[in-house]
Amino acid sequence: MLRRQFLAAAAVAAALAGGLPAQAQQVAKVGLVLPMTGPFASTGRQIEAAARLYIAQHGDTVAGRKIELLVRDDTGTPDVTRRLTQELVVNEKVSFLGGFGLTPLAYAAAPIATQGKVPAIVMAAATSAITEQSPFFVRTSFTLPQATVVMADWAAKNGVKKMMSLVSDYGPGIDAEKSFKDRFTAAGGESVGELRVPLRNPDFAPFLQRVVDAKPDALFVFVPSGVGAQFMKQFVERGLDKSGVKLLATGDVTDDDILNDMGDAALGVITSHHYAAAHQSPENKAFVDAFRKASNARPNFMAVGGWDGMHVIYEALKKTGGSTDGTALLDAMKGMSWTSPRGPVQIDAATREMVQNIYIRKVEKVEDELHNVEFATFEAVKDPTKAAKGG
Amino acid sequence: MSDASTLNGAAAPSGTPSGTPASTAPRDFLIGKSRWKPAEFAFWAVAVGALFALPDRHLLLNEIAILGLFTLSLDLILGFAGIVSLGHAAFLGIGAYAAGLLTKHGVSEPLTGLLAAGALAGAVGFLSSFLILRGTDLTRLMVTLGVALIFHELANRLDWITGGADGLLGVAPGPIAGLFEFDIFGTTAYAYSLAVLFVLFLLARRIVHSPFGLSLRALKDNRLRAGSLGIASARRIVAVYTLAAVYAGIAGALLTQTTQFVSLEILDFARSADALLVLVIGGTGYLYGGLVGAVAFTLLKDGLSAITPAYWLFWMGLFLVVLVLVGRDRMVERVRGLLARAVGRRA
Amino acid sequence: MLTILFDGVAYGMLLFILACGLAVTLGLMNFVNLAHGAFAMAGGYVTVVLMQRFGVPFLACLPLAFVATALLGALAERTLYARLYSRSHLDQVLFSIGIVFMSIAAVDFLMGSQQQIVQIPAFLRGRVEILGVGVGVYRLLIIGLCGVLTLLLQWALASTRFGSQLRAAVDDARAARGLGIEVGRIFVVTFAVGSGLAGLGGALSAEIVGLDPTFPLKFMLYFLIVVTVGGTSGLTGPLLAALLLGVTDVAGKYLVPGLGAFIIYFVMIAILMLRPQGLFARGSA
Repeated sequence: MLRRQFLAAAAVAAALAGGLPAQAQQVAKVGLVLPMTGPFASTGRQIEAAARLYIAQHGDTVAGRKIELLVRDDTGTPDVTRRLTQELVVNEKVSFLGGFGLTPLAYAAAPIATQGKVPAIVMAAATSAITEQSPFFVRTSFTLPQATVVMADWAAKNGVKKMMSLVSDYGPGIDAEKSFKDRFTAAGGESVGELRVPLRNPDFAPFLQRVVDAKPDALFVFVPSGVGAQFMKQFVERGLDKSGVKLLATGDVTDDDILNDMGDAALGVITSHHYAAAHQSPENKAFVDAFRKASNARPNFMAVGGWDGMHVIYEALKKTGGSTDGTALLDAMKGMSWTSPRGPVQIDAATREMVQNIYIRKVEKVEDELHNVEFATFEAVKDPTKAAKGG
Repeated sequence: MSDASTLNGAAAPSGTPSGTPASTAPRDFLIGKSRWKPAEFAFWAVAVGALFALPDRHLLLNEIAILGLFTLSLDLILGFAGIVSLGHAAFLGIGAYAAGLLTKHGVSEPLTGLLAAGALAGAVGFLSSFLILRGTDLTRLMVTLGVALIFHELANRLDWITGGADGLLGVAPGPIAGLFEFDIFGTTAYAYSLAVLFVLFLLARRIVHSPFGLSLRALKDNRLRAGSLGIASARRIVAVYTLAAVYAGIAGALLTQTTQFVSLEILDFARSADALLVLVIGGTGYLYGGLVGAVAFTLLKDGLSAITPAYWLFWMGLFLVVLVLVGRDRMVERVRGLLARAVGRRA
Repeated sequence: MLTILFDGVAYGMLLFILACGLAVTLGLMNFVNLAHGAFAMAGGYVTVVLMQRFGVPFLACLPLAFVATALLGALAERTLYARLYSRSHLDQVLFSIGIVFMSIAAVDFLMGSQQQIVQIPAFLRGRVEILGVGVGVYRLLIIGLCGVLTLLLQWALASTRFGSQLRAAVDDARAARGLGIEVGRIFVVTFAVGSGLAGLGGALSAEIVGLDPTFPLKFMLYFLIVVTVGGTSGLTGPLLAALLLGVTDVAGKYLVPGLGAFIIYFVMIAILMLRPQGLFARGSA
């Protein structure tokens, strides 16, 4: 019967036609909003490179879904971040947001993540309060208090009595100053001065002169990655390295991205951080080698944040079996634990923050290159600010 | 030093006052000049049409409308009074923070916020206008810049009020006039910003075509001559500068309300510089310059940065360099010629 | 306390070398070249590349940085800037911002966006005691070098044939041309020297204030402050302004860190209020 054959053919055609768009829908879009130009461009570059590397190594298909990475440049401007995230959610229908290079950028995007019910992975910004702005924020970087509190503990235990601090005069810097001072004085130490350096115009000379005059046992420093090199050189120029003032800092100052170019001035600086390219583990070795090959640079803590961010996205999709429902994905992420290049980590189910090891490191020469060499570990550190609130 | 004026006019639909036919009475002359031209109707029709035709791009359109309002306010002082400013972001920022703080502390109705922001920015504009009465272009550039930098630093220092470098959190504006809620697609936001822009544009149009507006132009062209004609230059500059500050403050408030966030960056030097760029791209002194420039600048930036997120700045720079070398007027003419030819061929 | 003064002077000297090219193009040639910082950046990056890739010693890099940026400046003047002398200031601003954007993106593309670090030789690090005041060797070098250059420039501008030709060409290009002065050539040389000095300044300042692709934007403000506060009559004004800026900035941060950044802006506005033409104005303006 011709008629029946025709019907059958039509049915097959309809099935095919219906099937094709269904297949095309099996895409999970990941929107990364990062500063790719401007003063914080290197943050964006590192994260993008790490995310692309993760996709290259793990394949671009997870749980039947093809991962599509969309990178947008917000130039470090909050209202642009907001518009771009909003467009990614509304027009591109992304299943995940990611990136967020600076605290205000993450703040600006918070309402969008909440309204759109899209999990947003904070891969860089480090102010503790960020994850409180939206229940859809999950952080794979670190919080600044995690690093500073550990540094304060270590200093108090290792014979430092009189402390001075020097921070960049903006939100995170002031956070660092406060959390360090509180912890250090609670442990019996004494703070003899707090210096705040303007973000613009980074000539440290006048501030270091104050340190010379005050003669503390140690100087705690937090400045954004990049400015650190300038600081270190002027520290040495002023002869402070020989005057017995110990230099303590968070890992931002000895950023792996530029550490090797800092020269011998950086030798011996003690820092606390969650990641060093020199971290000894097979996972990290593989990560560093692959990263170097792919982008001819040393990965820094931003890169590892991007890498772990992609990991969280992949694993969450596996757990939901490819479902891109925001709440289900978020639940899948909570409590997730894995071995990152930085060591064992877990996402705290209550705070959506990383629980991770914080390492005390010292800058040393390893095979003719300067590295942050870890020599003490504080295990499974939670975000101290939220822990104090009873979280 | 008023070389700025060489840019004006050529592309301006309104022309320059020098071409007054002697026979017309001054009143008729003013009315004639302020008559609406077809291109103007078309412009606003497109702007409203975009509300319906481009539902995906409302956020970008909203950004354009706000940038347009901001550059319109700069045009008022640069294009009509010849005052160059590299610190116009000061007023944008004051308006933005005023609206943000007001919303945060209970007054969440957006229109009230707009008025308050405009009033506050206007007050600051009035006070700071006395700083720019003297000096050359360069002095004015630096004084306005200095004022903006001081406000930037103030906002950074007063972090218990402004949130400092972290930005002002928890700005959740209520529905406009109690009726229209802001939505995630940015539709309300765009309609709102466009409406505000249109109302303020009408007002500005009325003002520049009034005798006051003409006396400003006279000032700009030759302050000495204007003075000898009995035009009190200082009072007029103070007035127009204050007006421009009000406009910029309202633009800032719009930005805060539609993005629900304010940060230090709003007072950044780059904002002022961008506004100047946008205005020069669009052409000064005919009110539409800021709007056209805002459209061109934002679309260009958005397009380029979607293609090469990391290096779009290069192409933007190249565009500016070519724009200057070829000359904006010539470029506009060339495009017009092409359009005319295309239309002619079709007909 | 004297150490602070010394640091301030060194910083001011550095600003002067960076900005004096702009003082000439803006003050004498009346061209608003916001891209001045791009040349300074070029000098810095020439130094970085020479030192890191070719192992050229730091001190040898300084003259090379000067020459390279001077050539770059001459090239840019001939191909681009020369067409714009007669244009309006707004056109010049737009054009030079375009150049700044392009240079930022180009450097970013070629060298990466991270901070570049210049390793100065060991004998320039550390500090010495002079009359009981501890001073950084490198800063001493900067003061010395910049001081000599300043004297040279003053002399060249005031007492050489070239200097008087330049002043003539600037005051009235047509009349100068009529007198047989090659105005075009004079402008190229002047522009090249100005750019070269900026390049040298960039090379010297990398050690103190850092070097990354946003350099031209970051320091544009400072250059403009130096030139406007100093006035556009010659080099004495900008020199004094640079020193004033350097000392106020450094001392302000040391004595009242809380007010740090405000001080320069207030000083600038105050000076411009009292003397709108800058500290040293030319009679006409």
